[in-house]
Amino acid sequence: MNEKLRSTINKILPPVVALLLVFGLWVYICSSGAVPKFLLPSPADVWNAFCEDWQLMLRHARVTLTETFIGLALGIVTGFLMAVVMDRFSIVKKMIYPLIIISQTIPTVAIAPLLVLWLGYQMLPKIVLIILIVFFPIAISLLEGFASVDKDTVNLMRSMGANRLQIFRYVKVPSALGHFFSSLKISVSYAVVGAVLAEWLGGTEGLGCYMTRVRKAFSYDKMFAVIILISVISLLLIWLTGFLQKRFMPWEKVNKRS
Amino acid sequence: MSALEVKNVTFSYDDQSTVLQNVNITLNKGELVSLLGVSGGGKTTLFNVIAGLYKPQQGQVLLNGEDITGQTGKVSYMLQKDMLLPYRTVEDNVALPLILRGAKKKEARKTVGEYFAQFGIDGTQKKYPAELSGGMRQRAALLRTYMFSGSVALLDEPFSALDTLTKSEMHRWYLDVMDNIKLSTLFITHDIDEAILLSDRIYLLGGGSIAGEIVIAEPKPRRKDFNLTEEFLHYKRQIVSKIQ
Repeated sequence: MNEKLRSTINKILPPVVALLLVFGLWVYICSSGAVPKFLLPSPADVWNAFCEDWQLMLRHARVTLTETFIGLALGIVTGFLMAVVMDRFSIVKKMIYPLIIISQTIPTVAIAPLLVLWLGYQMLPKIVLIILIVFFPIAISLLEGFASVDKDTVNLMRSMGANRLQIFRYVKVPSALGHFFSSLKISVSYAVVGAVLAEWLGGTEGLGCYMTRVRKAFSYDKMFAVIILISVISLLLIWLTGFLQKRFMPWEKVNKRS
Repeated sequence: MSALEVKNVTFSYDDQSTVLQNVNITLNKGELVSLLGVSGGGKTTLFNVIAGLYKPQQGQVLLNGEDITGQTGKVSYMLQKDMLLPYRTVEDNVALPLILRGAKKKEARKTVGEYFAQFGIDGTQKKYPAELSGGMRQRAALLRTYMFSGSVALLDEPFSALDTLTKSEMHRWYLDVMDNIKLSTLFITHDIDEAILLSDRIYLLGGGSIAGEIVIAEPKPRRKDFNLTEEFLHYKRQIVSKIQ
């Protein structure tokens, strides 16, 4: 137990110290008066702004989160289906793999206003943007995971009379789970950022929309508060992904130990 | 009728030089027959043909008289690596062949559960393969092979990745377990001692064809010190002379 406590402290202490240092620097700069208050609000100002406006922020956060989850879910499904088809038919892979790569070289910032223009100011353009952001890492990582399967294992399964679907279910999918979760961790934070970006460019609800309003009102304290809120939401989602990974891959812990 | 018969099998990969040339093998019920030969001699290829993974250009594979040439799912196959799936518990690994045939997970677990003690791996059911030692993993892999097989098992150097001490322990264990189980087994090895110790008969495979057959007359269960006897050495000399 003591050993465990020590290792936990060893793990947590360095980032906490770093975080406190950054925070301390922030407080110092604000109190020294080197930067005007309206440009860089102090932590206390940010906290007050949050207390003042938290109900409104949470209402907007709910919209952003809804978009994020729907977009994530659809993005994962799209990525999964693409990976399956590309894994099964190599001709499809040869055809669409380059297209997928090219699609990722187009900056999100450039697509977002177009989507808003085409799909309106409601949720749809936000969700589509998140799908576009998410499907790529998911598809590529799953494809890699499917391909990483040991050939002998597949042969053994075949010798046992397993059909393609069974090999997929019992060998390929579980082998790709680790790859999937690593990319999901990246995807969730990208998804939140994507949603905020799309809201920023057009819409009536969501944290991005809230941000544009407080920016126009020069309320930088609220701006900081909402930025921190977005960070916290992203962090929570990443943590949730890690939690799910542990739940769905209980063998990981064992395999790591030995 | 023999449990397994390989008749005049000839095989080559994509018109390259022939890997198997007119191979004939019979395996009688309950027998353990070894294929002994140097690496690259076509042993594993022959197993792949028997398992149905490769289709021979000529010849037939008969299981209990039925032609199974090129059909998978008929005989069970175990490789040098245990090939236990790291993400399934030991019991779910062992139960996999039953599940592939359509058994419910719960029933399959129950069926395989009855064999854990007999195979000396009781208590490992809920563990993951990574938690087991090499010898235990091979036992689990062997139980999976057994759960799969109707009657015939192909073992491709199942003990060769183990250290010497574990290996000889596994040999004793294997002889004990197999005496009770009566599984007809084809066994690949390049270890002459192992072949003599475990087999009823030995085929010498070289250059893609059968170079000779040796019957080990020593009755089973075998004496613990069989590998230290004069008869054992006699067999070994016989094999060495035939290989050269």
